[in-house]
Amino acid sequence: MPERIGKYTVSFSNRPTVLGYAAVAGKKEGEGPLARYFDAIFEDTTMGEKTWEKSESALQREAFSRSLDKAGYTPSQINYIFCGDLLNQSIASTFGLREFKVPLFGQFGACSTMAQTMAMSAVFIDSGAADTCAAITSSHFCSAERQFRTPLIYGGQRPPSAQWTATAAGCAILGLAGNGVRVAAVCGGRVNDLGINDINNMGAAMAPAAADTIANFLTDTQTKPEDYDLILTGDLSQIGTDLLYDLLERQQIDIRAAHNDCGLMLYDRESQDVHAGGSGCGCSAAVVCSWLLSKMEKGELNNVLFIGTGALMSPTSSQQGETVPGIAHLVHLVKK
Amino acid sequence: MDLTGREYRKMSKKASPPSPIFGNCIKAFLFGGLICTMGQLTTDLAIEWGMTQQDARLAASVFLILLSVILTGFAVYDDIAKHAGAGTLVPITGFANSIVASAIEFKSEGFIMGLGAKMFVIAGPVLVYGITSSILYGVVLYIVGLF
Repeated sequence: MPERIGKYTVSFSNRPTVLGYAAVAGKKEGEGPLARYFDAIFEDTTMGEKTWEKSESALQREAFSRSLDKAGYTPSQINYIFCGDLLNQSIASTFGLREFKVPLFGQFGACSTMAQTMAMSAVFIDSGAADTCAAITSSHFCSAERQFRTPLIYGGQRPPSAQWTATAAGCAILGLAGNGVRVAAVCGGRVNDLGINDINNMGAAMAPAAADTIANFLTDTQTKPEDYDLILTGDLSQIGTDLLYDLLERQQIDIRAAHNDCGLMLYDRESQDVHAGGSGCGCSAAVVCSWLLSKMEKGELNNVLFIGTGALMSPTSSQQGETVPGIAHLVHLVKK
Repeated sequence: MDLTGREYRKMSKKASPPSPIFGNCIKAFLFGGLICTMGQLTTDLAIEWGMTQQDARLAASVFLILLSVILTGFAVYDDIAKHAGAGTLVPITGFANSIVASAIEFKSEGFIMGLGAKMFVIAGPVLVYGITSSILYGVVLYIVGLF
């Protein structure tokens, strides 16, 4: 049964297991350093569809189908899907997964959605409400640009603090069988807003939320950063990572030795022109559901904190001059 | 966390690398200058071929717009603009690019509510405030002319 520890953390006695996982990615991500970990790389990022929204839906279908195959499950064996993306009304997820006829809970946590969907799946399984759940998220550079920024072929310039929305999707099937990677605990994040209003600097907007959740989890569990093999944040990228270190240092927490960030891992920042790094739901989904879970499965990493980070702005809120609030959810993964 | 928004914004500014303004200005100057030179060249050639100066200037604008539209259609314009910045944004070519890019992007929402409605999503404000300010300028000029 799930049990509350401290103020924000939920620990699981049954420790839901990752039964299967898959990540699919676009061309640019396939040219990055993690290419060999992906289940599929699509050179044609239209995915043969007529609109970018449909392309993103296709990425979700691919991620879901491939992770089901790897787990040896059929869609009818999945009790609930928890899914989300960056598009208005989460259409990439709901349209993409409608054909599977699995009960579905749409989630929105901006780029923290991978952590949020894994957390929801784990709570459902550990409480006995479900035997198997799927956590799926995606993002697509082209569908995100047209919703949040400018048309693709508009001649604008991106500032150095801008991040590149990943074209990718990831899916993890969680259940109670086998001896795979397990979810030991989750920590829900609070909405943090320290007044960043530059939508081209999302790392800075999300760093306070990441720092808050990490500090809360360490306090709740009475653990230290040294207790973990890896503390992996979602998509803070370079600026957000630097700020996260600063913010945690103010609370006498130093995570530098164990920390990495999916946004810094997905691309080669020098050669791939992604400025501060990667972002988007698909960014952390692709890194977690390929590199991280395979490293953990092999026992190369045993005790990992994954902190999905999200910038909660909408085009409307930005145009109305609102600041960019951040959120971060933590998933504690263990092997053994 | 005992940190105010003001303090954090200061931290964030320090952590964020600035845009390379000097290099950007040089590139904008060169690309913008190149476009203007092409416009002048077209004007001179058109006059050479027998057009009046007024027609020749019009021909230069048409030529630059056409060039921008073609380069936008082949998704080359944004690759140039990435380096050229204001150099490709400010001239008439940038205006053409903003309309064509929007038209192509939003075609997927249909010809009426997509292409038709959203074609001016970027250029619209330029038209609104450009025309408004030129009317105001005209009124001021008229009043000044009365005395």
